[in-house]
Amino acid sequence: MSLSAIILVVVVLGVIGWFVGVSRSKSLVAGNVSQLHSRPTYYGSYIFVWAVLPAIFVAAIWSIVSPIYVDNQVRGHLPAEVLSQEQAQQNLSMNIVQSIARGLNTLSSENRPADDVTIEDLKPILAEQGVAIAGSGETYMITSARQMNSMTRSSETMRAVVVIALSLIGFVLAYMQITAKLRARNKVEGVVTGALIVASSIAILTTVGIVFSMLSETTRFFSSVPMTDFFFGVVWDPRFANASDPNAAGQFGLIPLLAGTLYIAFVAMLVAVPVGLFSAIYMAEYAGPKLRSVAKPLLEVLAGIPTIVYGFFALVTVGPFLRDLSAQISGIVSDGGSSFIQAQSVLTAGFVMGIMLIPFVSSLSDDIITQVPGSMRDGSLGLGATRSETVRKVILPAALPGVVGALLLTASRAIGETMIVVLAAGVAARLTINPFEPMTTVTVKIVSQLTGDLEFNSPQTLVAFALGLTLFFITLALNVYALYIVRKYREQYE
Amino acid sequence: MNDESKTPKVKMAGKGVEVFYGAKQAINGIDLEVYERQVTALIGPSGCGKSTYLRCLNRMNDTIDICKVKGLLTLDGEDIYDPNIDVVELRARVGMVFQKPNPFPKSIYENITYGPRIHGLAKSKADLDVIVEKSLRGAGLWEEVKDRLLEPGTGLSGGQQQRLCIARAIAVQPEVILMDEPCSALDPIATAIVEELIGELREQYTIVIVTHSMQQAARVSQRTAMFHLGDLVEVDDTETIFTNPSEKRTQDYITGRFG
Ligand SMILES: Nc1ncnc2c1ncn2[C@@H]1O[C@H](COP(=O)(O)OP(=O)(O)OP(=O)(O)O)[C@@H](O)[C@H]1O
Ligand SMILES: [Mg+2]
Repeated sequence: MSLSAIILVVVVLGVIGWFVGVSRSKSLVAGNVSQLHSRPTYYGSYIFVWAVLPAIFVAAIWSIVSPIYVDNQVRGHLPAEVLSQEQAQQNLSMNIVQSIARGLNTLSSENRPADDVTIEDLKPILAEQGVAIAGSGETYMITSARQMNSMTRSSETMRAVVVIALSLIGFVLAYMQITAKLRARNKVEGVVTGALIVASSIAILTTVGIVFSMLSETTRFFSSVPMTDFFFGVVWDPRFANASDPNAAGQFGLIPLLAGTLYIAFVAMLVAVPVGLFSAIYMAEYAGPKLRSVAKPLLEVLAGIPTIVYGFFALVTVGPFLRDLSAQISGIVSDGGSSFIQAQSVLTAGFVMGIMLIPFVSSLSDDIITQVPGSMRDGSLGLGATRSETVRKVILPAALPGVVGALLLTASRAIGETMIVVLAAGVAARLTINPFEPMTTVTVKIVSQLTGDLEFNSPQTLVAFALGLTLFFITLALNVYALYIVRKYREQYE
Repeated sequence: MNDESKTPKVKMAGKGVEVFYGAKQAINGIDLEVYERQVTALIGPSGCGKSTYLRCLNRMNDTIDICKVKGLLTLDGEDIYDPNIDVVELRARVGMVFQKPNPFPKSIYENITYGPRIHGLAKSKADLDVIVEKSLRGAGLWEEVKDRLLEPGTGLSGGQQQRLCIARAIAVQPEVILMDEPCSALDPIATAIVEELIGELREQYTIVIVTHSMQQAARVSQRTAMFHLGDLVEVDDTETIFTNPSEKRTQDYITGRFG
């Protein structure tokens, strides 16, 4: 029985339980509902919860554990010479076993191959079903695949029996507990709380999971490249092993990438903060309701544009424009001047990224500025202050912590941005302080290290995880700091 | 009132004042005079337009987009809705204290110096210190806060905050002070302190106060104006209003029969 069928059965049982619970509670008090501790629907929900939740929980655990268990068992029965192989080689063999097992399952019973079929005979049959078996397939794998299939089948049968039985047991136990005094309402409330806790833990656990998955790859990277070389290296040159010199180690210096990241983000903030902040002030304090209702959504459209589109904009418009402009400027100084701004440069990327960030700054700050109580405004205006005095001396100081928090959140976006940088600042990892030259960022290098057909075992690819983790901690620190500031600000008007 | 010689000078006057919120009319043509160095109380049931009228007097209604004011309003005979008038200067002359204490999230000292600073009333730090002490003394708050002037104004109690707001208003040396239910967020003791303060302020300032408390109107004001549904029902000496009103609606309201 498939998992979805089991869940369906369990849920149907639960729904039946709900109706049973409702009518049971009513009949207990002969229809005089006010004598019940809780309203009848709560008794229904009580049975539903007991019939469904434990069963689904066990079904989920079973479905996760069972394949791992089967895999281990099948692995244990592999021929001795396979077992003596390296772990990676073994994994490869197991992958083939798995695809054979999947292929066998797709065959209908009449064209199931004989027990002593060889891999050479089986391959074309499976290929017909659209299942390709790798060249290194061997006959012993068919046995393993059969073993795997039969174990999986019996596991699934047992799962169906156990889960449905559990559901029934829950149903009956809950039913027997129903009395007029049962505090079904409070118990259901407890379940609701539990469900909410589970939902939020999933979000948190995912984050933790992401960190740990990166952490393990990162430690593998650091086992081949020393940490100091990574964190303090000033040269980024991760030669791939298959390049002309296979022994070239490559240099993995973080500094040029980090510098590029921070530099471009800095330029971006230089553009986004004043423009975004001023437009937020205008929207919140000056614009009439009509203008606001039109202009604010328009501004926020900017936030909806995919960053790759900004990348185009940088590549075909801003970059060439700045280059030609600089050529003209230097032409004024000395004739036949060359353009000192390159088409791909920190300036271009930062400028376009800044435009992308304007709506973030403005809409976050706008929210914060409008949150400053109107009584502050009235107080200031009532003392004869002008609007701009009120903004400068009362509104902004009151909103400042929140605005700073918003800016930090925006900065962490700038640091994580990739597409604009690829197109506008290039992919050359260089260390320079000239904003008119290309530079590149951490995210861009993560992408370029991971594109192509790769195995995750060379430092060239593993470095991506180290980069990712570094970036993660930088943005995490920024976000935590931002949240800290925003929270502090919230307390002010309580 | 009929005795001309006893009538004090008119400080602010409204003639045929009408106020609209969008299409809705909140004040239907009111004539009301406010005399110099007197406390004028505005009373009436909720929603009758007391706050609206009060906010016309220093043009705080300008901050509400949909609000339109018609008719003539004068300060010392000058039309305050004249396009040539400087609203900022008007508000410096006609200060306001709000229903809820609204000190800025700054220190007590900066709360007081805010107004004088933006109007350039002080030339030096010493001037500011003098203004701070004078205003706080004027608001009866000096003794309580003189050792903690640099602490945030939001850290004071509700009653102290309201007196801080009054001090902030008188630091600008206004001629008129408008108060919209200044005691509604205060306990009886704080209320008594503020009422006593209003009595003292009357010697220097013209005061217009909105209140829901009949006793308060009777205690602090010399003249009382009764509003109802956007109309001015009657205005007279407070004593007359409370002992011998000419309108039945006033009688009913102050004896608690409606509103
Ligand atoms: N900002 C506004 N927008 C629209 N209508 C308003 C606004 N402010 C007040 N009004 C309306 O104008 C009328 C008078 O309101 P106002 O606040 O002046 O009453 P009030 O006498 O001060 O009442 P209260 O004693 O409850 O404070 C009310 O009908 C109210 O609904
Ligand atoms: Mg009011």
